[in-house]
Amino acid sequence: MTRITVGPFNRVEGDLEVRLDIESGRVTRAEVTAPLYRGFEQILEGRPSLDALVIAPRICGICSVSQSIAAAAALRQAMGIAAAPNGVLAANIAHAAENAADHLTHFYIFFMPDFARDVYASHAWHSATAERFAATKGSAARDALPARARLLEIMGLIAGKWPHSLAFQPGGTTRAIELGERVRLNAIAASFRGFLERVVFADKLENVLALSTSDELDRWREGRAGDFAHFLRLADALALADLGSGPGLLMSFGAYHDFNGARFRAGVRTSSGEVHALPSDGITEDVSHAWMHDTSLDPAESRTVPDADKADAYSWCKAPRLAGEPVEVGALARQAIDGQPLITALLASGRSNVRNRVIARLIETARLALSIEHWIKGLRLNEPFCDSSASAADGNFVGLVEAARGSLGHWLAVRSGRIERYQIIAPTSWNFSPRDADGVAGPLEQALVGTEVGTAGARAVGIQHVVRSFDPCMVCTAH
Amino acid sequence: MVGSEGTIRMLWLQGASCGGCTMSILESGASGWFDELRQSGIDLVWHPSVSEQTGDEVVELLEAIRDGRERLDLLVLEGSVARGPGLTGRFNMLAGTNRSIYHWLLDLAPLADYVVAVGSCAAYGGIPAAGINPTDAVGLQFEGSDIGGALGAGFRSKRGLPVINVAGCAPHPGWMMESLLALTSGDLSADGLDAVGRPTFIANHLAHHGCSRNEFYEFKASAETMSERGCLMEHLGCRATQAVGDCNQRSWNGGGSCTKGGYACIACTSPGFESAQNYLQTAKLAGIPVGLPTDMPKAWFVALAALSKSATPRRVRVNATADHVVVPPGRAGDKRRP
Ligand code: SF4
Ligand code: SF4
Repeated sequence: MTRITVGPFNRVEGDLEVRLDIESGRVTRAEVTAPLYRGFEQILEGRPSLDALVIAPRICGICSVSQSIAAAAALRQAMGIAAAPNGVLAANIAHAAENAADHLTHFYIFFMPDFARDVYASHAWHSATAERFAATKGSAARDALPARARLLEIMGLIAGKWPHSLAFQPGGTTRAIELGERVRLNAIAASFRGFLERVVFADKLENVLALSTSDELDRWREGRAGDFAHFLRLADALALADLGSGPGLLMSFGAYHDFNGARFRAGVRTSSGEVHALPSDGITEDVSHAWMHDTSLDPAESRTVPDADKADAYSWCKAPRLAGEPVEVGALARQAIDGQPLITALLASGRSNVRNRVIARLIETARLALSIEHWIKGLRLNEPFCDSSASAADGNFVGLVEAARGSLGHWLAVRSGRIERYQIIAPTSWNFSPRDADGVAGPLEQALVGTEVGTAGARAVGIQHVVRSFDPCMVCTAH
Repeated sequence: MVGSEGTIRMLWLQGASCGGCTMSILESGASGWFDELRQSGIDLVWHPSVSEQTGDEVVELLEAIRDGRERLDLLVLEGSVARGPGLTGRFNMLAGTNRSIYHWLLDLAPLADYVVAVGSCAAYGGIPAAGINPTDAVGLQFEGSDIGGALGAGFRSKRGLPVINVAGCAPHPGWMMESLLALTSGDLSADGLDAVGRPTFIANHLAHHGCSRNEFYEFKASAETMSERGCLMEHLGCRATQAVGDCNQRSWNGGGSCTKGGYACIACTSPGFESAQNYLQTAKLAGIPVGLPTDMPKAWFVALAALSKSATPRRVRVNATADHVVVPPGRAGDKRRP
């Protein structure tokens, strides 16, 4: 047995260290370390409760809107108010734009460049793939980055700027959209659809979303241009469906609520494919392998107190568990729990893996483009976007939302208008959690076991694919 | 400053950051940031979010720079320097190196021609330094507005400059790119920096300049709750008359800004902005906002405000507390088209 350390682990949001035990060229055990702690929960304690809207988004530059709306949701509960209907839609539009921008950033900037590596130079597909996807040099970034910037112009209209906006308030959003601005929102949505249909899918979004079986997907991709089909061919050539199998349980808090409920349903999906309601009180955070003092398992009661010298600890990340189990979160979980036909079909033949995580992200991106168009139409320009807020009552409150990378929760305790406690469980806290008190490994730690490294050791590209298929956000993980 | 191979070698590191400065600069460039860098002669030798090299390839590169085998023209840091616990830097290790970012920076900064702090974290400590500052976070050469920080007051990069502070949270992509390019073209010198290290081409402006609410400000016609159109200074916490930056003279994300977005400027370009509280409420003393423009006698401000309030046109007064235009421009008594 040899033990290797992989890091710095880049092209993820933040940094990451992975330690692997290798036997006969395969991973037998993995330990995942979040190497950065900033102490947001400690920073928030004692502040006026509304200050969370300034501080919490700055946990993460890539999902700041998600952090904002989680904080706003918890505060809304504390105020006992509802948001103005237009504000709900405007927040959905901005949140979906962030989510879609994140999926594009992941696909083009973080994930695909690994297939351009020299280690694949002997493959017939390599030169075209390198020309398209090589990090910072490939032609794809020249298409994707301007398309991302154009999509984020939605933020200029709704949120003032991105990242880090104060437009997302408990009562709604702070900028009333006028007619000319609605027309501009439509134009941005249309250019986003154009980019997806021309560059990503080489097909109409409606046709892509009509695919509902694995065979249909295989037939669809035959001879098709576009970066999604390019990925599907690589995924088959490299058997990415056999790589990085997750723990089995999938979870979603439910995303994009409007007057018809959640656009993407909440729930828990077992490895046999049943979807259950989310057990509202089943979430705990275990610190047995985190550099943290034990305060409480319940995020509504616990605090975050670092202990840098703790024995047996190896990460700044706590270990979130659902009814005691590690769960995987993200676009795959969201789409599976929502019953999206293609994702359901792909999961029928097995668990989460590198291939279906990436497919789910792109399918979700197509769905988000349609949802954005729908919500823009729903704005009623003569009605308010923001209702006045009230003062926050004392008590325990929670904001549960879905960020691009999965379920995000803010647990807030208010006393006399100030934050008494604040706990955050981010998507990558779930996916990249360390072991718990029973020694049960987190989802990535499980997914890495069995990965072939051959003689490449820490340079094994399979490890890169597995880790990045989760689209980790390490700055959120330990926060 | 064109390097011997004709390219400027830039290394970007992230400390205790949220990655938002990178997310912002990725919006730069009509054909994408990577193309823009190439066109500008900048070779991005490594960036944690975008480069191919990972793991030991990166460690080898950093060691080569540290040992003087590879040249370093621009060192960019995003995020604060977490020095804790007890100056070990262990709250922020560079993975795979068993060494903290803090200690890597102490090694690398003196080797760079120029050292640039992007974002208020790297410049002054920023959000991670708020409250009890759990990780002993500081900026590269400032701790709030006090000179010092991780590198010390006397630090100068190889070209003799202190750290250049492109403040903001996140900074506008243009602020970062223009600062980098002004350095590489030799147009930004120590004279071009203000007292807290910010390029004056940005810091000579106030965020208030060019705000679409300027007419409301003139008449002290104020929004009372979020999403109303009036000036945000009197009630809703706007600090743009004291905060530097040409925020309202350029477009953010294709046309926005904080105040256009309907919420107050929180002075994110200022050292110590993270220690304020109740950001979206104006602190007042005897009914007068505490944070008045810094270069105007208070009594004048109060007198002018009283005068302009009494002269406020109805259009401005009514629209200030509405979320859309209720009274359109036009002369009193004009008939509207049927
Ligand atoms: S300055 Fe702001 S955007 Fe930049 S790393 Fe710090 S918190 Fe993030
Ligand atoms: S809202 Fe702020 S930036 Fe705009 S005019 Fe008022 S004080 Fe100036």
